[in-house]
Amino acid sequence: MAHITVEDERYQFTPQLKKKVYYLLGAGIVLFILGLVLAMTGGGHHEDAGGHAALSVSKEMVASLQDHASAPHAEDGGEHHGSSAWLKRTWAALWTNNMYFVGLAIIGLFFVAVQYAAQAGWSAGILRVPLAMAQWLPIAGILTLILWFLVRHDVFHWTHADLYVENGAGFDEIINGKAPYFFWPLAAGSFPLFYILRMVLFFGLWYWFLIQIRKNMLAEDLDPSTSYWFRNRSLSAWFLVFFAVSSSVAAWDWIMSIDTHWFSTMFGWYVFSSWWVTGLAFITLIVANLKSAGYLKIVNANHLHDLGKFVFAFSIFWTYIWFGQFLLIYYANIPEETVYFIERMRTSPYAWIFYANLILNFVLPFLLFMTRDSKRHLSTLKLVCPIVLIGHWFDFYNMVTPAVMQEQGGVGFLEIGATLIFLAAFFLVMFNTLARMPLIGRNHPMLEESLHHHI
Amino acid sequence: MNADKHFILGVFNDEDVLMDAVKKVRGSGVRIHEVFTPFPVHGLDEALGYRRTRLPIAAFLFGLTGTTLALVMQIWMLGYDWPMIIGGKNFASLPPFIPVTFELTVLLSALGMVATFLIVSDMKPYKWPRQFDVRSTDDKHVIAIDLAVNRGKSKDDLARLLREAGAEEVNEKNFED
Repeated sequence: MAHITVEDERYQFTPQLKKKVYYLLGAGIVLFILGLVLAMTGGGHHEDAGGHAALSVSKEMVASLQDHASAPHAEDGGEHHGSSAWLKRTWAALWTNNMYFVGLAIIGLFFVAVQYAAQAGWSAGILRVPLAMAQWLPIAGILTLILWFLVRHDVFHWTHADLYVENGAGFDEIINGKAPYFFWPLAAGSFPLFYILRMVLFFGLWYWFLIQIRKNMLAEDLDPSTSYWFRNRSLSAWFLVFFAVSSSVAAWDWIMSIDTHWFSTMFGWYVFSSWWVTGLAFITLIVANLKSAGYLKIVNANHLHDLGKFVFAFSIFWTYIWFGQFLLIYYANIPEETVYFIERMRTSPYAWIFYANLILNFVLPFLLFMTRDSKRHLSTLKLVCPIVLIGHWFDFYNMVTPAVMQEQGGVGFLEIGATLIFLAAFFLVMFNTLARMPLIGRNHPMLEESLHHHI
Repeated sequence: MNADKHFILGVFNDEDVLMDAVKKVRGSGVRIHEVFTPFPVHGLDEALGYRRTRLPIAAFLFGLTGTTLALVMQIWMLGYDWPMIIGGKNFASLPPFIPVTFELTVLLSALGMVATFLIVSDMKPYKWPRQFDVRSTDDKHVIAIDLAVNRGKSKDDLARLLREAGAEEVNEKNFED
């Protein structure tokens, strides 16, 4: 057996790559501004005639559902959707991307925690990649908080105070019933203290866990003691318990509450599975690219195989959750629930995304990653992982935008530009973090096992 | 005596010696019939030069059969043969058929794989396995060399080769059937 020595590796964030990332950022900003201008000038006139029949059906249905006491079509004319379409579309694009990249960051930490809690050896050599991804977490937290206050009235219907005024024109009995979940302990319709506290608590604790786990990982590099590993194992276990609850609640808060009337008991899992498979595809893609660039010498086809299996398996898991949510709503056919899919399947700007979602996130990874060889070769990994990453971007797009924009949404320069800006910023943070620490945790007690990993 | 069922066996105590012996025996141009070990020995299949199994291809085809069968069955039954209104859906609608389709895909793929595996491994029902050396189920590793396919080498040559490679003992084994 060939003997491999673990050399210290340090990642170099080369000026060439940095330049590329800045080009990406520049392209994003240009496209974003171009999209803004287009949306401001041509706003709302791009739906094709074919979609109108279906649109009116869904509109009627949405209206009849939201029309609980008095004001019919209060949605369309009143102060609720006061902002112009281009602004709402901008907020939706930013919120979609923010949620997507929050996912990449928290999955970085989740991946590390899962490896420690499961006492996994195979991954010992690649843990620095998800650790660097998680470094987006504090920025994601601040962005989420700031963005939330910017987008709230346009994205989160429940933030409008008149929904909670009994006997008022805008009173909504269903949303009023959910008021304590948002506003406790304050009065319904005032400041959503409970909601904001949860947001701060989740990001705060997630970041605290990240700091602790990273501190132990980096201390281990200087001091070959197994105590850091044991400390990280128990930290990870506690984090996983907290994440199990907080990821679900975060999904209700930040995404499901956009469709305030609607609820799905599977939604927490749905968002988690989408985040998880996105994160796995991203980790795999970065590891594959680092490997191609000559880094991560201890990673061989067996490690890539495991990462590929992760992406393959959790693409199927996501589909299972997706279908579990869809089938029950489809079969029960309760209008309050079905409206969610009417908005997405039968509304012209989103119908193609609804089906593309399944093709990109299930059919393609399922077929392309089925064979053993496809998971062991860099070329196929680099082909399938971007498909999954793009597919799940559309997944988040379709969770957020239809409820915000109704039939006026679209995917254009605005959305692409916002995504590129987020991606470039994420890359800058991730690669800078990666360059600041050793790429291999040389004293990880399972590194030897990772070297001999064979499947 | 039928020469087709005439084997020479090398018995080994240690799997590291066995691994070296396998490489040595194969290196000298002798074809090994089979190696019997009491526990899985890592890297042995590679040392023996086994090609990867094509069982996954069979599994995929069986699965595909299951998918097709399930869809055709349900569409024919509920769409044409005995249409029923269930929850106001179309007679032949896809979403409610998915769970059955999934189950039949898994079922046929699993059963097909088991059947294929048993057949290609020569473990058909009512087929008694050849017991080369009963100690290979306990604590000894056994290399079996078929004399019929190694006509270039004499029995003595093969015995010497196995002994040089570290075999504890070298036996002959004849099968009457």
